[in-house]
Amino acid sequence: MRLRCCLSFLLILLFSGNAFCQVYLTKTGFIGFYSKTPLEDIQAENNQVYAILDPASHHLAFALLLKGFIFPRELMQEHFNENYAESDKYPKATFSGSCSGEMDLSKEGIYQVVIKGELNLHGVTRPIETTAQLEVKNDRILGTAFFKIIPENFDISIPEVVRGKIAKDIDVKVRTVWMRSK
Amino acid sequence: MKTRKIYFVFTCLLYGLQTEAQDQLLQSLKDSLAAAPRTEYVTGTFKALYIVNMKTIEAPAAGALNVEIQHRFGALNSGSYELFGLDNATLRLGLDYGISDRLSVGIGRSSFQKTFDGYLKYKLLRQSDNNGRMPLSVSILSSMSYYTQHFPDKTYLNSTYRLAYTTQVLMARKFSRLFSMELTPTLIHYNLVPTSADQNNVLALAGGARMKISRRMSINVEYDYLFPNQVVSTPVNNSLSLGWDIETGGHVFQLVFSNSQSMTETQYITQTPGTWSHGDIYFGFNISRNFNLKVHK
Repeated sequence: MRLRCCLSFLLILLFSGNAFCQVYLTKTGFIGFYSKTPLEDIQAENNQVYAILDPASHHLAFALLLKGFIFPRELMQEHFNENYAESDKYPKATFSGSCSGEMDLSKEGIYQVVIKGELNLHGVTRPIETTAQLEVKNDRILGTAFFKIIPENFDISIPEVVRGKIAKDIDVKVRTVWMRSK
Repeated sequence: MKTRKIYFVFTCLLYGLQTEAQDQLLQSLKDSLAAAPRTEYVTGTFKALYIVNMKTIEAPAAGALNVEIQHRFGALNSGSYELFGLDNATLRLGLDYGISDRLSVGIGRSSFQKTFDGYLKYKLLRQSDNNGRMPLSVSILSSMSYYTQHFPDKTYLNSTYRLAYTTQVLMARKFSRLFSMELTPTLIHYNLVPTSADQNNVLALAGGARMKISRRMSINVEYDYLFPNQVVSTPVNNSLSLGWDIETGGHVFQLVFSNSQSMTETQYITQTPGTWSHGDIYFGFNISRNFNLKVHK
């Protein structure tokens, strides 16, 4: 009896360890944010987003460096890092959460899911919920999501003088091509 | 009984694994992000291209044009008849353009002796924040000035005599997000000096610093030390300036107080007759506006 217990315990440990190894990973994910106002359009894009997805548990996580956001105008990029994101103090933004909905990530197909989790930006952690699409194809999972965030929710203060140039809510686009890790 | 106990242990274990899995995923990402080697250059050592009169290591980005308006009123001690200097003004209009992210070029015209100036600045070294691999930023500046004011009594002043050249090694370090400092060894060459006792090659050491007082404001100090016995025929004092930077988007406003009225290196370093203690203080401002002529892809 005791032996059997030990065996099954070991088996479960092994199994869970194995499942963790079979994650999907990328270091070149894309996240862009866009602010549109009549006065000014602002956009910034980061192509060096680290992201991981565990197809068994449906957990996923994202991490990026704020300095990796490229703006078309260099001065805007400097202001973003110096005055808004304060990326010397808070160099990273992270997301950790899970997806729910009808899906079988071991089979090819397109799945509409809901992603819930916590976004950490500028030293502030807030819950985020968004719909997303996961497409499983040839050992890859293509993930896309679109949501909005409000800078003030993350203690990012915007002075009155430029308030009209920055949208109240910022559109965020996420696109990742996850590869199955070996 | 025993099996129930075992089940309990199992469920506890599984539950623990589940919640920890999320954090584990994120932690593995954070670890690989931290492990990836990358060099980040320090940005925003100074907000503007000028501390007050001295140029900073900063330059417009490639394809960006900076329009600079520098303005100094008359001396504060000129009395109420001159409204403490507000009746008079010296003005420099300047354009600075980034040819590449390292090389910039600038031209200017100031009303002080109707002087034209031009410069080339090259960012030789850039401070990086990655394990302090590069501790400071160094830019090389080469500038030229040419004054065009007519002096009817000095008919010999041809164009060669009106030229002067400056070479500066701008060395700066951003010590923290609030404090930056710049040290600038300077060599100025005059094609013509007033008397034979004056040196044609003049050495000076300029220093400046900024201290941020809020996210968009800073207090600046600049001191230009002229080594003695080089300029002897005319009264000269070292230039001391204070500035208050206010940044709003693409603009930087700088309110300044200085005992120098002129604004080009060949003039404010060696032609500052006044001192702060006698009230020869010139109030003024620098305004810069950034325009993007090219959009980075």
